[in-house]
Amino acid sequence: MALAIAGVLVVAAIVGLPPYPLHIMIVILIWAFTYTGWSLMGRFGLVSLGHGAFMGIGAYVTALLWNYGGLTPWLGIPVALACAVLLAVVVGYPCFRFRITGHYFALVTLALSEVVRQTIIATRDHTGGSLGFTPTPKGNDDTPSIIALQFDEKETWFVIAIVVWLAGLAIWRLVDRSMIRYALDAISEDEDSAAAAGINVTREKLKITMISAVMTALGGALYMQYQLFISPDTVSGIAISLQIVFAVVTGGIFVQLGPTFGAVITLLLAEILRVQIGTDAVGLDNAIYGIALVLFIIFLPKGILGSLIDRFATRRG
Amino acid sequence: MGRLDTGRILATLAVIMFACLAYVPTIVREGDIVFALTDVYLYETMINGLLLGGVLALLSLGLNLIFGVIDVVWICYAEVVMLGMYAIFYCHTVFGLPLIPSMMIGIALTAVLGYAIHYLVIRHLVNAQPINQLLATGGLLFFFQSAATLAFGIEFRNLGVSLGSFALTQDIYVSWARLAAFATAAICVLGLYLFLTRSYTGTAIRAISQDREIMTLMGVQQGRMYLMTSAIGGGLAGLAACLLVLQYDVHPFVGLSFGPIAFMICVLGGLGNMVGGFIAAFIFSELIALGGYHFDIEWGYVFAFVFFIVMMFIRPEGLLGKRS
Repeated sequence: MALAIAGVLVVAAIVGLPPYPLHIMIVILIWAFTYTGWSLMGRFGLVSLGHGAFMGIGAYVTALLWNYGGLTPWLGIPVALACAVLLAVVVGYPCFRFRITGHYFALVTLALSEVVRQTIIATRDHTGGSLGFTPTPKGNDDTPSIIALQFDEKETWFVIAIVVWLAGLAIWRLVDRSMIRYALDAISEDEDSAAAAGINVTREKLKITMISAVMTALGGALYMQYQLFISPDTVSGIAISLQIVFAVVTGGIFVQLGPTFGAVITLLLAEILRVQIGTDAVGLDNAIYGIALVLFIIFLPKGILGSLIDRFATRRG
Repeated sequence: MGRLDTGRILATLAVIMFACLAYVPTIVREGDIVFALTDVYLYETMINGLLLGGVLALLSLGLNLIFGVIDVVWICYAEVVMLGMYAIFYCHTVFGLPLIPSMMIGIALTAVLGYAIHYLVIRHLVNAQPINQLLATGGLLFFFQSAATLAFGIEFRNLGVSLGSFALTQDIYVSWARLAAFATAAICVLGLYLFLTRSYTGTAIRAISQDREIMTLMGVQQGRMYLMTSAIGGGLAGLAACLLVLQYDVHPFVGLSFGPIAFMICVLGGLGNMVGGFIAAFIFSELIALGGYHFDIEWGYVFAFVFFIVMMFIRPEGLLGKRS
């Protein structure tokens, strides 16, 4: 199904969509990839509010290496991903080792995302602080697009976004069909029993956290390369962490296309309200999100897509 | 190793850390120990940090009560405070009411809001997964923030009332507003403690936080107690708003700047433990104040958050909490 959607999208792009819808789709796909990365952890009850930290690291490390070291994003992104993994291990290992779960895990990771945001603001001499940061444009010294990973044509970005998004879905499926999924399902049901059954709880949790962190950091780096502007509030902090969690819960945390669905709904809603109502209604989209989130949690804990699939399945079966 | 030993070691470590953060940066920068020890501005910073601790303690008090009794994290708690601040601002500057009645209206409104949050949202999720409760209040956070943006705009608003400051010594000035917050926080902790231990309702609230099922059998109405706790918690948010509005500008996103700290204080102090929360508030505020004095205010926050993360690994039950 994902491949079918991708096929339709690619055809649409080749036929030639105007730049605006293309832009919206690129943004949605990049975010959908990030959301999928979060849902890998979230579906097993590891509700992290710290993914803003990983995203911020992905975006800022890549951009800083490019601006100050002249390092191509082709090398900068792997370095940024390595940093994100390192952070995930440094915080994740003690968390899992000392069995910090539930509320407490959420709060520790919340603190983590604030640490990264405040650090970005505090190092304003290099990162531009709250005013944001712009990677050096390739035009300045005629670096080829491919090395700078900066493309003028939206079509190129569109293909990149689709490939990355499909890779994200593939990782989701790979995890879904692997042993790690059964282990983590067991852990989320009952840690003690899982440990008694011979599952190395810490290691399994750490594995999924690392995968999730890498995906989120990559999402952040791509977002930066595409938008060519980042600020602490657009790629890190609690607001971004909550945005990630919210979109995934809206779409459906337990199904493969749930996070993508969440990205489509939330980003389109924001965009439509922005275009239709304009700046008079700044915040209206978030007000609607907020209420919708509360209603979803109470009435549709499986999310829109998850509930639809459930209903469809029971009718058929 | 016994519990007391761990406590002592941690306390010693805390004192050493404090001294390091307070004096070492100045010693390193100036190369002069005597100067560092007699640095007036350093002491002013410490006193201000102490008073900031009062504000933070007050801020986390209502949250601590709700967190401890109902076992639900209101991620949107700071937004309730924000709405309280707006209520006071509008009553005072737009409708022209005197300050004290405006504040009482603010407290009443946040108490009603607390009641409504429990009645409309949390009540349906009391037995849901903790994460779902957290996310539902996260939705409320978005809603309150955006509703405030829609209703009041994103401008920074200032009450325009200043209580001024007084000179403690020739060089050290202390703001009345912070001192008031500190005093209010201390009185509230005491009042809440007396209410919870001496009154019938308070006893029922404590009992129900220990065992939901049994107390229902004993004739305590769980739902009513929870509603009451939420209303008191909301009212305490309003009280915090009264004191914050005197010191800070109001804007729709003001909650994000102190919300996370409020949760961390509750958890660091030990859930539902008011005294622990009080101590935790002072640790945080000193870290922020001293970090801000020597480096940048953001580094102060970084220190505080990192300290929280590390403490969660060492003592997940909180400073004064009981291990369950």
